Amino acid sequence: MNTAFQGNEFFLDPSRCIGCKACVQACAECGTHRGQSMIHLEYVHRATGVQTAPVVCMHCEDPTCARVCPADAIKQDDHGIVHSAAKPRCVACSNCVIACPFGVPKMKVELDLMMKCDMCYDRTSVGKKPMCATVCPSGALYYGPRETIGNLRRETPVNEFQFGRQTVRTKVNIMTAPDVKALPFEVLDFLPWEGKDFDPFELSRPGAPDAASAAVWDDAGLGPRCSGNCTCH
Amino acid sequence: MRLPNRSAAIAGMVLTLGSAAAIFLGSHGLRDFDPALTGYAIGALMAAFAVGYRFLIWAQRPPARMYFKRGLELVFRPAGAAALAEKAPRQSMPLPHGAGTLGYALARNFVAQEFIRRRGGLRWIMHLCLSGGCTLAFAITFPLVFGWIHFESFADNAEMYRVAAFGVNVDSFSVHSFKAFVMFNLLNISALLVLVGLVLAAFRRLTDPGERATQSFAEDIVPLLLILAVTATGLALTVSYKFLAGRDHAIWAIVHMVSVVSLLLYIPFGKLFHMFQRTCSLCVSRYKRVGATGLRAHCRRCGEDYTSAMHVADLKTVLDELGFDYRFSGPQGEVHYQDICPACRRGLLALNQGRTIGR
Repeated sequence: MNTAFQGNEFFLDPSRCIGCKACVQACAECGTHRGQSMIHLEYVHRATGVQTAPVVCMHCEDPTCARVCPADAIKQDDHGIVHSAAKPRCVACSNCVIACPFGVPKMKVELDLMMKCDMCYDRTSVGKKPMCATVCPSGALYYGPRETIGNLRRETPVNEFQFGRQTVRTKVNIMTAPDVKALPFEVLDFLPWEGKDFDPFELSRPGAPDAASAAVWDDAGLGPRCSGNCTCH
Repeated sequence: MRLPNRSAAIAGMVLTLGSAAAIFLGSHGLRDFDPALTGYAIGALMAAFAVGYRFLIWAQRPPARMYFKRGLELVFRPAGAAALAEKAPRQSMPLPHGAGTLGYALARNFVAQEFIRRRGGLRWIMHLCLSGGCTLAFAITFPLVFGWIHFESFADNAEMYRVAAFGVNVDSFSVHSFKAFVMFNLLNISALLVLVGLVLAAFRRLTDPGERATQSFAEDIVPLLLILAVTATGLALTVSYKFLAGRDHAIWAIVHMVSVVSLLLYIPFGKLFHMFQRTCSLCVSRYKRVGATGLRAHCRRCGEDYTSAMHVADLKTVLDELGFDYRFSGPQGEVHYQDICPACRRGLLALNQGRTIGR
């Protein structure tokens, strides 16, 4: 355990992602992931562009997922790693899936279990790199000493996020402009249709998955578009 | 100094006094109570207090409290369920309510433990052996310790045994019968079941890379060692009286009692408490069934249906109670981050990062 991390940190730079999905494949090979890929490779706006972004668990200092868990199933260890739900305890309620500000936890419906990125704990705890950072060809996912990335990049790492009124500090860093101390998060600027004559549900893909009951990008988990018992019709 | 939680202390006291009353009444005013088992009875009463206390501490936390509250509302008040699901048409509520659904969930999740089978076949067999063996052993020993069931030989025939439950004779059998063999060896049978489970658990914990990386001694190994201690010392008692003419029986009896009481007292504080925490899963499965047919939540960014409106509303309440405030406000209006689906939150991370670095 004393070889853990060895001064290495995780640095995320979504803007460098080229969408190769090497991280998705590599992630499944991690011992603690049991053949399941835990990383998200998100199309930022599939309808209008090809921009992709990898999302790993940011390992919050005060993890919202763990705090909203009704069964005390999500534990943070002494290194600050927030682990997948403890198998005996997880009741598959999806509170963590819906509450995580980064949209990280995945509900594995077939296992009745929440699983998430644990920074490849079987590897990082013995001084190795996480699988995704090992294979990322473009440096969107980087794991190593802070000085090294400081010498390599124009951007600087921060580990603080401002979600409206909520400040979230994380173990994982994100690369931002040099003068930024906490990544400001804006949502209202990215709601293109609000206040305009535009039907948001035109964006809705038929058969889109329910985030609470399926891996979000996994087409195999597609369910009915909508129950019909809502105001959208 | 933190004061003890009052309602939790009351719950612990109620459970302890209830158990004590059940011992007193069930043993015919202690007439059928076996004094040799007093240590076990005291250990059980102490564990009852700890379990009651710990359960209430846990159930009072905002997320657990919300599920228990909703679970009870949805099971016992179908009409209230419709109100919770907000404007959901009454005819769309899933049937049957209450006992039918609860019975099904109990059989599927607690008896068959079907969800563990889906996580792994060997893991399922291991858990069935451990939980089945322990449940069988407790189902035999608790009634014996509490004096609810006791065996006595006939006054005129020492080879015939009578079984009395709550002071009423319910059965009699010859000590040479097959029934006697099974009855006298049920604890040994449960011990063998548990041993199989322990061997499988040890194999997993020694060979599975994922388990080896994440397991901790206090959380994962101590409960197995405690169960092993109870099983091994229990079998030692059988070996002592069957094969060694009772040699060291008195010592093994004390060691066994200490191991059982240690296990009982460990239950509320460690991994084994999940047997009580899983009651929450009954509320969750009901909550999800109602949520699936009730009003749905659509993401304010992409419009997709990502969970039930009830779930989003309840989580906002829970987050407020926990001291999190994910509300955004600006000239354009207000939005709570719970109204944005997880996929859009991931996209927004990239969009916001891109904006700060001008990409």
